[in-house]
Amino acid sequence: MKQNEIAEELAKEQKAISVAEFFEKNRHILGFDSKPRCLNTTIKEGVDNSLDACEDAGILPEISIMVKKSSKYNVIITIEDNGPGITKEQIPKVFAILLYGSKFHHLKQSRGQQGIGISAAVLYSQLSSGASTKIISKTGPGKPAHYFELMINTNTNEPEILKHEEIDWYRPHGTGIEMEMKASYVSGRKQSVYEYLKASAIVNPHARISLTEPSGETVVFERATEILPIPAKEVLPHPHGIEIGTLMKMAKSTCRQKILTFLIDSFAKIGRLAAEEICEKADVNPELDPHIIDRDQTNRLLDAFSKVKLMSAPTYCLSPIGQDLMKEGLKKEFNVDHIATTTRPPQVHSGNTFLIEVGIGYGGDLKNDDTISVMRFANKVPLLYQQGGCLITEAIKSVNWTYYGISHRIGYLPTGPLVILVHVASTNIPFTSESKDAIADIPEIRAEIQRAIKEVAKKVADHKKTLDKIKTKNEKKIIVSKILPRIAKNVSQMVDKEVPNITPVVARVMENLLFERVVELKENGFANISINISNFSHKKQQFSIHDVVPFEILNADPEPLVKDIGLEYDYTWDISVSAGSSKVISYFVETLDEVEIESLPEIIVEGLDESFFNGAIAIHG
Amino acid sequence: MNNKFNNYRKEDDKVATDRLLDFANKLYEQMENGYEPSLTLPSRSRNNIIHNEDTDVWTYGDRKTKTSAKSKKGALKLLQRSELANFLQNNHLKQNKGSTLRELYYISEGWDIAKFKDQHESDRAIEDFEIICGLQREYFHVRPEEDGATMLGPIRLRETTRRGDHIVHCQEDIGQSGYTIPFNVENLELLESDAKFILAVETGGMYARLIENGFDQKYDAVLVHLKGQPSRSTRVLMKKMNERFDLPIAVFTDADPWSYRIFSTIAYGAIKTAHLSEDLAIPGSKFVGVQPSDIVDYDLSTDKLKEKDIEALRSELIDPRFQSNYWEKQIRLQLEINKKAEQQAFAGKGLDYVTDVYLPDRLTELGVI
Repeated sequence: MKQNEIAEELAKEQKAISVAEFFEKNRHILGFDSKPRCLNTTIKEGVDNSLDACEDAGILPEISIMVKKSSKYNVIITIEDNGPGITKEQIPKVFAILLYGSKFHHLKQSRGQQGIGISAAVLYSQLSSGASTKIISKTGPGKPAHYFELMINTNTNEPEILKHEEIDWYRPHGTGIEMEMKASYVSGRKQSVYEYLKASAIVNPHARISLTEPSGETVVFERATEILPIPAKEVLPHPHGIEIGTLMKMAKSTCRQKILTFLIDSFAKIGRLAAEEICEKADVNPELDPHIIDRDQTNRLLDAFSKVKLMSAPTYCLSPIGQDLMKEGLKKEFNVDHIATTTRPPQVHSGNTFLIEVGIGYGGDLKNDDTISVMRFANKVPLLYQQGGCLITEAIKSVNWTYYGISHRIGYLPTGPLVILVHVASTNIPFTSESKDAIADIPEIRAEIQRAIKEVAKKVADHKKTLDKIKTKNEKKIIVSKILPRIAKNVSQMVDKEVPNITPVVARVMENLLFERVVELKENGFANISINISNFSHKKQQFSIHDVVPFEILNADPEPLVKDIGLEYDYTWDISVSAGSSKVISYFVETLDEVEIESLPEIIVEGLDESFFNGAIAIHG
Repeated sequence: MNNKFNNYRKEDDKVATDRLLDFANKLYEQMENGYEPSLTLPSRSRNNIIHNEDTDVWTYGDRKTKTSAKSKKGALKLLQRSELANFLQNNHLKQNKGSTLRELYYISEGWDIAKFKDQHESDRAIEDFEIICGLQREYFHVRPEEDGATMLGPIRLRETTRRGDHIVHCQEDIGQSGYTIPFNVENLELLESDAKFILAVETGGMYARLIENGFDQKYDAVLVHLKGQPSRSTRVLMKKMNERFDLPIAVFTDADPWSYRIFSTIAYGAIKTAHLSEDLAIPGSKFVGVQPSDIVDYDLSTDKLKEKDIEALRSELIDPRFQSNYWEKQIRLQLEINKKAEQQAFAGKGLDYVTDVYLPDRLTELGVI
């Protein structure tokens, strides 16, 4: 059942049953089943209204919530905002008529679409505690604040004003509401007021929200940005996705006298040509008065909508959080090492525009062995219940996380130091049920969520790779400086031999270049000297080798450049060694004695940082 | 460390020293040739145990695991093993001393980054040397903690101690709690037996119940208290009795996945010590129960399976040692009824029920009596 159908249903049955009865029958779908949930729903309705009102008016929201115990089973809830305020005439209607409000007929992304409205909380309050609801609202400095005590007449669904007076209020503008109801404040679990507000604060980093708990303690979710989100604009409904009831209602209430002009004026993306084509396909006379079309004709029109090629719905009706604000929001509520986000371009499912945003926080205080935390949002409203039955959860589970270096068993949520935020924004969010806790499985939305997650997971994986590289490098340093020398010492001691030279092993472990000088004395007084170069790295290395010696060399292979620098010669070779291979430089020397061999200089390497090789020294060119 | 058991045999020490030197030499040569030290050993996982047709026990297959100093984890492992080899050579073998497994863990205290995180790590290192050197840990003068496992039954044996030889009849010469099995069972000599079979019992409660009911006398049984997973010495002694006197072995445990592993350790060998299966496993051992089907047949009082139990049962379904129709049926039944039972659950039918009805029935069924 869609929202507007509930309204119609209610309107139809209003004479037969009272709103109290309606409420009692539908408590579970209205979000007033358990006592903790009653409190959550009430605060959610209040906060959503405040955020929406501030957003519309371009005000940076300041919302304070207070929950106090008033008796064993009852609490008093106070919610105050600095919004634009509500006019005197509107106050009773907004708070004391069930299902009052115009949001059902607006097509733009708003939080309020998701709740049954604050009046349901007012009704629950009076049904469970018998108390009236106190409202105070002021629309601007210099204007009086209006104070109301209201109840809903459960027979007529009309406001009963118990008290109304003009008073002074310290706020320049804003609205406050106070209700007493049977409800309970819980903490330390996912479905709590605290978690709800924390999640709200993440996706509304422009808001400052404070919560005073029954214990008297106050938690403040500070504002992280002064930038207001770009408000969503209203659009005409797109013909795709319209339901028969809505279409009939639109036709009845239009001021146009012909079907043709009704179609052009009431819908997005229907021009004259399209309208004519629709009428033709539907076999409906375009000149007909829309006020008198019957159900059959309406159905044919609806049918024709899908047969005519129409441009997709406009996208400015959505108000995404935005990549940067998502980052800010996550940063202020979680201590993590790295955050990656994406806002995907808008898409359409059955005529409704939607857009997916995903943010992932990684590392920091999050635990390695924990299941990842999932934060679900629909039109910036946190979804706390029914995580298991939600499309977002399913989409997360179906991504192959192992590919991104996160441990994951198919069919389960992955495990790792991850918090993942998924926001579905749409002019019409397809919920699984009226309680609006979980999003239904729409293939287009699911695929888009998966794409968004993959995009962000890739960024996180890249970051992780960089971290892992640094970690590996540091670990290797420990291996070569602290571990290998000790192994060498231990085993040498056991076999009673000299400790081996581990430089070649170090080069191999560090994946460096290795330089080794080998001297072979020949019987005729000649010496055969070679310089072995092994490249244990994963890429080709180019550099120059200098051998600065006090003698002339013969038969060098390859030929070096020679520079006579006084008492010594500087022999230079330009060398390139591909990954994993080795090269040898060799030459002869006449009459080299053992003392001279002992005092052969170190090989000098030019053009490489010394952390990339072993067995030689570096000079910088 | 102490000098209490310095009756080590010189020729054994020589073998052990040589093999430790081979190990050290191998690492030395790797480094001298410019290679990072590494060690390749059989994989000690469920996937790498195979049934040896000749001996009817499960031993390691061909899969190998290489530990190399290229990673920090591998390098640390090799450092620990080099420290340990050095210690065994210089402080044990050369000085004619020995340590318990627990002491070896503490000895790493001064090894800085190479310190063992827990005894599990040091035990594992000793097992590695058993495999590397092809010798049991006793060769390195390493012994387990006394575990106090006991047995009771018509067996006469000679125990050699530092205070001389003692001849003990494990039913007549000892009290109600039974004969305590020493950790160095190589010092035991089996003399004679009037027993017909060995009944290995998992829990102390059931062991005491059987003794109190005189089960050992009535059926000429040797009762062995396993104390959970049996120690090597308990397994060796059972194997010796099994071979020397041709006594069949029946294993009586709780009905849960961990207990089935106790049985499979006795009958086929343990995954962790499959290199010793031929010395420790006793092929032909029979599982008495408690079987999952007993839970149904005898309507025993039960507990619900925990998440971990279910996981363990599932893992047994793919454990090569449990690949038989019998185990498949029993394990699937248990998963289906989602229950487990203790041995003591038979007490619900009266204290004598287990000795008068259940065990005689099951042992007859298995052909043990």
